[in-house]
Amino acid sequence: MKRHAATALVLAALAVLALVPVGLQRYETYVLTLWLVTAVAALGVNLIVGYAGQETLAQAAFLGIGAYTAALLTKAGLPFGLAFVAAGAASFVIGLAIGFPALRVQKHYLAFVTLAFSIFVWLVIRNEEWLTGGVMGIKDIERPSVLGLSLRPHRLFYWFVLAVAAALAFVMWWILRSPWGRAFTALRENPVRAESLGVDVRRYTLLAFAIGSAYGGLAGALYAPLVEVIDPAPFALGPSLLFLLMVVVGGSGSFAGPFVGAAVAVLLPEWLRFAEGYYLLIYAVLVIVMMAFCPSGLVGLATRLYAALRPRHRGEVGGKPAALATEEAEP
Amino acid sequence: MKKTLLACLFVPGLAAPAAAQDSITIPNIIELSGAGATVGTNWRNGSTLAVEEINAAGGILGKKIVLEFVDTGSDPGKARAAVQRALDKNPVAIFGPIYSGSVSATLKLTNDAGVPQIIGGEAANLTEQGSKYIFRTSFGQNVSMPKIANYLRDDVKAKSVAVIYVNNDFGRGGRNAIIKELQSRGIKIAADISTEGGQADFAADVIKVKGSGADAVFVYLNEEESARFLVEARKQGLDKPLVGETTLLGQKVIDLAGAAANGVRGHVGLTVDAPVPAIQAFGKKFEARFKYKPDHNGVKGYIAPYMVKAAAEKAGKLDAKAIAAALHGLTITPDKVPGILIEATWDATGEIDRVSFLAEVKDGKQVITKVLPKLK
Amino acid sequence: MADFLQLLIAGLATGAIYALAAIGFTLLWQTSQTINFAQGEFVMLPAFFALAAMNGFGLPFWLAAVLAVAAAVVLLGFVFKIVIVDPLIRQGVLPLVISTIAVALLLKDGAKEAYSAEAQRFPSILPDRLQDIFGAKISLAQLGVLGVAMATIGALQWFLAATHTGRQMQATAQNPTVARILGVRVERMVMFTFVLNAALAAIASLLISPVYFVKFSNGETLGVAAFVSAIVGGFNQVRGAIAGGLLVGVIDNLAGAYSTVIGVSSSYRQAVPLALLVLVILFRPQGLLGRREERAV
Repeated sequence: MKRHAATALVLAALAVLALVPVGLQRYETYVLTLWLVTAVAALGVNLIVGYAGQETLAQAAFLGIGAYTAALLTKAGLPFGLAFVAAGAASFVIGLAIGFPALRVQKHYLAFVTLAFSIFVWLVIRNEEWLTGGVMGIKDIERPSVLGLSLRPHRLFYWFVLAVAAALAFVMWWILRSPWGRAFTALRENPVRAESLGVDVRRYTLLAFAIGSAYGGLAGALYAPLVEVIDPAPFALGPSLLFLLMVVVGGSGSFAGPFVGAAVAVLLPEWLRFAEGYYLLIYAVLVIVMMAFCPSGLVGLATRLYAALRPRHRGEVGGKPAALATEEAEP
Repeated sequence: MKKTLLACLFVPGLAAPAAAQDSITIPNIIELSGAGATVGTNWRNGSTLAVEEINAAGGILGKKIVLEFVDTGSDPGKARAAVQRALDKNPVAIFGPIYSGSVSATLKLTNDAGVPQIIGGEAANLTEQGSKYIFRTSFGQNVSMPKIANYLRDDVKAKSVAVIYVNNDFGRGGRNAIIKELQSRGIKIAADISTEGGQADFAADVIKVKGSGADAVFVYLNEEESARFLVEARKQGLDKPLVGETTLLGQKVIDLAGAAANGVRGHVGLTVDAPVPAIQAFGKKFEARFKYKPDHNGVKGYIAPYMVKAAAEKAGKLDAKAIAAALHGLTITPDKVPGILIEATWDATGEIDRVSFLAEVKDGKQVITKVLPKLK
Repeated sequence: MADFLQLLIAGLATGAIYALAAIGFTLLWQTSQTINFAQGEFVMLPAFFALAAMNGFGLPFWLAAVLAVAAAVVLLGFVFKIVIVDPLIRQGVLPLVISTIAVALLLKDGAKEAYSAEAQRFPSILPDRLQDIFGAKISLAQLGVLGVAMATIGALQWFLAATHTGRQMQATAQNPTVARILGVRVERMVMFTFVLNAALAAIASLLISPVYFVKFSNGETLGVAAFVSAIVGGFNQVRGAIAGGLLVGVIDNLAGAYSTVIGVSSSYRQAVPLALLVLVILFRPQGLLGRREERAV
């Protein structure tokens, strides 16, 4: 019963999202698409941070790996589908390779290794001019075609990204619902008990990191044709830190968190345009206040508000974020 | 409900400063945060100053100018999106970006839309990509580097040169351009040293320069890094001529490096130190308004609104295509438009032509040794 | 040989400053399991305080420097601990770590908007006179930086090992529960480490600014350098952080000059300390001088 309601709600949300760009200008459609791409990468961060309890400082680097892989392969004439898969696969394998040594040790070491990795990837992108175009980057990246229909117009590309993002979100949902994903929830709630029940913490954490990084790579493969021009700047350490911030602001460990967090990160500069250079300041203060009073993020806040406003009708489906969050709050 | 919510999300973004009929908005898509924050801030202040003057004198063709500042975060992807957004509103011109990578990412958009883009970028290839709507506010590296190479050959009489550059889009582009020019003049590249933006320690780089045995050193770094390099070079007693382009001889570098800047020489485009009363008066006005001395990006930002003014007045209307057409081949002279500071001409590719200077730093001051005439 | 000496001393001088920042890292880590991502900004900011005191109030340099350290102790020590760390540590380590990233953003953009986006010159404590040592040109200022940093580190070591408060702080760092049982006022000791961290960062700031100049973005490279130093040396040992700082400073300089000898382009100079970091994590995760962590986290 409840499950049907949730499915209906998700479908309704998708339908609304599909209709939104009708009537929006080019730039606004672009911002919405950027939000979806960012949310895909944030979904990966959420798996690593919110479920596996690790810190990654390299999501922007994986975004870069994906973006450059996709740009280079499509420029070489390969179909986008293949480039997309290659971007995800490359990030997955690299994620395994750097996660393995880091996770042998203790907490926070993944943060240290990903910090080093992040800078290293940036250096490679900048220095290997023969491959990546160096500081000037790669220009004129083509948007893909589906069944002979070019996705060059902004709205078509938005719909394409929406479909891909929805599919990736579904996969993530499925991962988290699988016995494997449930092991994570167990792990997060009580690692000692989970281990005693035979959960191989290290292996699960490593896989979570690799899958989360793969989401970064896949997002990168969408990012390159979206902006149509890439250079090293958006893949540096700073943007990786912002990814971490946005997931926590949205609500780490909740399924809707990355979408909300990405919306804040992408749309906040738009709202605060009047503030020009000050929006980072405002954002930073917001993060600190948020962490102090509501570490479960905006989704957690919405859940709390919802619970406070409707203490007696807990089963009722109301506003979407709250409903999704209560759904997810169940172990 | 969701839809109204989303609409709400966008409304604040859309609610640009209420553009009345008697004003026009010119978007400035510039680097206000990230690596280019200093550069972008200078541009912002320069263009703000110019627009205040223009508006106080009645605006352009009776319309007041409103500047809108959009931060690119020094990221070409964001710059491209911001230009896209600006173009959705059909502006008469777009100012910026200043970073060449960001200009390169956006120039096709403005060309397709037919909107003049007045840029701060100096990379050689920007004017070679077929855009009919791009206009420089300073020499491209394709113009300045040949002048430097001539200077190294004819005045410094160097047979071999060590090149030290900052590995970003500014430095890397300049390094490629100068190496090409030096080699075509038969000058040997004794060392080719890459450094980082934000690098603090130049001990190793100076050792490499010394070890290269070059007759002269071409230094192409950003302001702080130039100053740090000069301090270290002086410390280690590097006694070869240190030659630079604009930045190295700028007041900011001299202020930071102190005595270590003495003896540095090279070519300078339009900076506040130029021996022209109008330019120095601009420097004073800027300093009075913003409490610091502008660099050449402040000058670039300052002349951009005056370019639009002169072109619009020539065309007789505030229209994007007409302004671009009027700017091509236009010579603006300071007796008609004082804000242009110095006579300047734009050719059909948007390249700027004006006098420039050979200079030397003596006793903490930039001293002009020779005025190089306009090319045409 | 002269070149090598030149690089070595330059590297040690820079490394000593990294060490000062890295020590703070390890102190906070030990007492509150906090990774402070704003550490680089903690080193960037105090020089702005000094500049503001000199240019805004016309104070002489020495007084401005003292005030800068005091302001850092208050703002980056007490206020940081009470306003940021205390409310957040209750929410767990992750929210706190995230908040320090936000603090870094806040300080960086705050300094830019409040003071200037331009680099500023900063007076040197010691004159920039040159000294010829075995052919290497060493400036007195550079030796001074090394000397002051070393003296500070020495005083810190003495304080931690020989004073009552210092030993209590160490006890708190090693095992807060036992320390509390033994009658140590743990809360106060934790506060001391934050104050100490701020003071060290302020000293590092005053030492490094004549060379780096004062700029809002300086914290980025400094923070990473301090971070790498702390991990390489040993995250849970003050002496580890010192060794790590010096090592990273020297290696960075040697890499700048000699990386091409081993076939690495100088454009990868930044990667060399990072490679060291990864090697340490692979083969000696507790750091070169660190001890194995007993706590299973």
